[in-house]
Amino acid sequence: MLSVHASLRPRCYIISCHSQYSTVYDPHEKTFDKILIANRGEIACRVIKTCKKMGIKTVAVHSDVDSSAVHVKMADEAFCVGPAPTSKSYLNMDTIMEAIRQTGAQAVHPGYGFLSENKEFARRLAADGVSFIGPDTHAIQAMGDKIESKLIAKAAKVNTIPGFDGVVKVRVALLLHLSESLGSARGCTSDLLTVCESCSSEAADKSRTYILYYNCVCVFIQVLADKHGNALWLNERECSIQRRNQKVVEEAPSTFLDPVTRRAMGEQAVSLAKAVKYSSAGTVEFLVDSKKNFYFLEMNTRLQVEHPITECITGLDLVQQMIRVAKGYKLQHKQEDIPINGWAIESRVYAEDPYKSFGLPSIGRLSQYEEPLNLPGVRVDSGIQEGSDISIYYDPMISKLVTYGSTRAEALKKMEDALDNYVIRGVTHNIPLLREIIVHPRFISGDISTNFLPEVYPEGFKGHPLAAGEQRELLAAAAALHVAAQLRSQRFLGQQRVSSVPQERRNWELCVELDKGVHMLGGIKLNLNTGLSLCCKTQNLLLLSKLAASLNKLMPEKIPEDTSSILRSPMPGTVVAVSVKPGDTVAEGQEICVIEAMKMQNSMTAAKTAKVKSVHCTAGETVGEGDLLVELE
Amino acid sequence: MALCVRALLGSAAARSLASPGRSLLPLRGRTLTLPGLRCASTVQQRVELKRRKALEGGGEKRTEAQHARGKLTARERVALLLDPDSFTELDMFVEHRCSDFGMEADHNKYPGDSVVTGHGRINGRLVYVFSQDFTVFGGSLSGAHAQKICKIMDQAMTVGAPVIGLNDSGGARIQEGVESLAGYADIFLDTSYLFITGPDVVKSVTNEDVTQEELGGAKTHTSVSGVAHRAFENDIDALLSLRDFFNFLPLSNKDPPPVTECHDPSDRLVPGLDTLVPFETTKAYDMLDIIVDERDFFEIMPNYAKNIVVGFARMNGRTVGIVGNQPKVASGCLDINSSVKGARFVRFCDAFNIPIITFVDVPGFLPGTAQEYGGIIRHGAKLLYAFAEATVPKITIITRKAYGGAYDVMSSKHLRGDVNYAWPTAEVAVMGAKGAVQIIFRGKENQAEAEAEYVEKFANPFPAAVRGFVDDIIQPSTTRLRICRDLDVLASKKQTNPWKKHANIPL
Repeated sequence: MLSVHASLRPRCYIISCHSQYSTVYDPHEKTFDKILIANRGEIACRVIKTCKKMGIKTVAVHSDVDSSAVHVKMADEAFCVGPAPTSKSYLNMDTIMEAIRQTGAQAVHPGYGFLSENKEFARRLAADGVSFIGPDTHAIQAMGDKIESKLIAKAAKVNTIPGFDGVVKVRVALLLHLSESLGSARGCTSDLLTVCESCSSEAADKSRTYILYYNCVCVFIQVLADKHGNALWLNERECSIQRRNQKVVEEAPSTFLDPVTRRAMGEQAVSLAKAVKYSSAGTVEFLVDSKKNFYFLEMNTRLQVEHPITECITGLDLVQQMIRVAKGYKLQHKQEDIPINGWAIESRVYAEDPYKSFGLPSIGRLSQYEEPLNLPGVRVDSGIQEGSDISIYYDPMISKLVTYGSTRAEALKKMEDALDNYVIRGVTHNIPLLREIIVHPRFISGDISTNFLPEVYPEGFKGHPLAAGEQRELLAAAAALHVAAQLRSQRFLGQQRVSSVPQERRNWELCVELDKGVHMLGGIKLNLNTGLSLCCKTQNLLLLSKLAASLNKLMPEKIPEDTSSILRSPMPGTVVAVSVKPGDTVAEGQEICVIEAMKMQNSMTAAKTAKVKSVHCTAGETVGEGDLLVELE
Repeated sequence: MALCVRALLGSAAARSLASPGRSLLPLRGRTLTLPGLRCASTVQQRVELKRRKALEGGGEKRTEAQHARGKLTARERVALLLDPDSFTELDMFVEHRCSDFGMEADHNKYPGDSVVTGHGRINGRLVYVFSQDFTVFGGSLSGAHAQKICKIMDQAMTVGAPVIGLNDSGGARIQEGVESLAGYADIFLDTSYLFITGPDVVKSVTNEDVTQEELGGAKTHTSVSGVAHRAFENDIDALLSLRDFFNFLPLSNKDPPPVTECHDPSDRLVPGLDTLVPFETTKAYDMLDIIVDERDFFEIMPNYAKNIVVGFARMNGRTVGIVGNQPKVASGCLDINSSVKGARFVRFCDAFNIPIITFVDVPGFLPGTAQEYGGIIRHGAKLLYAFAEATVPKITIITRKAYGGAYDVMSSKHLRGDVNYAWPTAEVAVMGAKGAVQIIFRGKENQAEAEAEYVEKFANPFPAAVRGFVDDIIQPSTTRLRICRDLDVLASKKQTNPWKKHANIPL
């Protein structure tokens, strides 16, 4: 029916009006009538957007707590696949297969994470005659196996790590790469020995993959291949700025690569893709050392989180290409058609506290949320809106903020403006850290490595230090706001009984307290309850009149709680284990309990040697930020 | 002439405060010879001497002791509370008339005695104020002291202005004798205590061991007894907050509440409200996420009976009183304390012409012997009575549960609610589906089926809307817009209760 109608219509193309890329959507190129997106959040929204442009109907799946999520509202149909925990909903193949059957979706886009690299899921879809928008099971299997993938790579003449022979090797100071299973990167300290130990002990029982990048550059080559043996490389993404081995800032292209290296890497990536008969979009990950030697690490057989920066510089819509390829179309482009237009930077905006280990998860309700979309050259991929909840069940990513400019400097400037204009209230977020990274001289010069954060902030991130000029700016702004508020609070509409003598105050003597320093501003201490934000760092200010300021000195100081004998949860999460009971004596630094939040385990240790007075948590219990866990004597 | 003197005093007071502890500068350029003044003969010189002494209160030593306790002096407090240079002091020359125990001696006389009284302006609006001076005889209440307070109260009554009392007195029953600002007492955290009998008396009478802080500290009175309505960090925080609070209130019960400039568009949609009520009907959310102008909400009794939230806010610049069940605490049920807290607030709003906006998510009254023996019926009736009696504009929004008697109580249509809305998540019913089915189908087998039927029939806003108990089912994001519009319409609301000597609320 649909195709008949389409052919009656005058021939027209939809050209995406996106400010960063333009792509042609040909309504006559029939792909699918209906696609189910087996994912949530921003990536589900991202896929739905392209589907809409291509005239494809969409089905969203969701857990019960996500029933009013943005991706559910955007999709044409929605299907609840289970309760909040991902294992019961977004990873629940049975209910997702049921959703496909009931809605009649012809294809499934898995997004990233969840079922995107699950060969069993791909197999079940194939058995039901539903297209999987991604590579076929063979490629997923081959690239999913860390050892097999390297053997294939070696055979395809891709540079692999010297000395690699299918046995786990540790290459000191370059990388540590343990084998088996899925590609979740974990571990997280620059101290190699610690990681070696924890990896080897944990690998034994959990059989996971541990990758440690130590002072090297991570470069990802985007490839795109069809089912007819054609493959392209779409340039690289530089993703070295990481915390806890998770990316925070990415850019395309990389400052590190020259055209020759880029081409060599691209060609090797393509030959690997061809060797595994890859189709769809995928990413080949290389480590590049300081001499521009590069080594194949692994291949991600999915659409990656940071794909928007590649879209920005190449002008391609990767989701559209994936859908076309899944339907069996040949690639429209030739290698020489793939440009590098300008520069794109992506910042991952997370609900997390950057002042704790560069980002401990935080949860809450986005009481206020405004994306800086009014600025030119800004793209925001998000799946939340004002009023949304960031819960402990899912990834705490708020959005991907992408800026695009003709040069790197321009893209960075736009990123700075965009971060300054981003309004997020209700949850703690990492914008202060993102902004500091992108204005840091080392980042600007392109001197980036996976060790960037611990090297630049050896003491942990403390926030933006105010320069003298910035401080003056802040004080002036605070004073101006205070005076405006004061004047406004004296204006009443329709009130008869205000003083007949108008109170014209020309002289304001203000006193501002900032970072424990007191600054006199010609003469009133202002009381701004919310604090002011400059350079994305919220400053707590106390503004009082000169009189109030002089009297404020007489006020008793609050005695801060003795934190050494009280252990509170630094973030919301689940108590995994409690290793002490009342009456136990613990040594300073001894583990007291373990809290897990958002796939991350945190060991809580004693701040001093003491006897345990009381334990307020049990394993399996959910705790909120600041909840009392254990009291010491 | 009289006016001139007052103005002079006001500025002198302000100046002396700007440099606390220092000796006073001469007034208006006139030179004073200091110690010799005791025998000065001219009236003018005696006036100035007395004034100076009054400004010094209990003297430098006692002022220092007061500061050491983290407290400000009576005059410092007045200066912070009022607009600069707006204080006009009265009765500065009043002295106590006690002649026993050597009190008649000159050194035991303080001009103005142990309280500072007068009037001034807060953001340009008239207010009378008294501030007890702890540095003079511990702020204790003498006949003269009481007389000074009564004088400004009488004056305030005749001109229709509020009185703010800043209490700081060791006098045993002073707190009962005076009314602070329209009945709202402020206590300063950590430095203040309030009790009828002190710990020593308690010990001797009931043999209870209790500290001052436990018996009558700020925490006790704001979270346990409900005697005080708000506690603050310190004197300065309290006084500056009091200025903000004052801006919400009319000057008297004959004045309309103030309207301020509003920079927050009244037709702004609040999309966040659409997702406020959680998917699970048993899950809590924070009623404080309700949105008001520029998020400016002055909560009253935030730490007492937290299952109900009351406070002042502005909608399109107009002061409104907000009453909301708090699902986050005890599921937002009504119990004795929350009923009394709500009732008091509703009556306050009604007394001062402040429209009331009620957000309802109430599963019912709290059951149990403690509540029944405590008289929940009697106390719950106070809230019912208060809403029924109120003639100010009443707008009600049912966000989720409105079950049983508690639904009626919460400003329902049946209590003369002017505008009653329901969100699509609203459930107006006698009780929750499970409880209802257990009673209707007691002993029957197909309970799950019956429950589903009950949910289908009653766990939605339609039964109430069909009967006109709610005027409309509205999208939550439009709530703000609708309330602002209704307040405009209801601004001219006139309603009178039948004549009676006074209403007979079930006390």
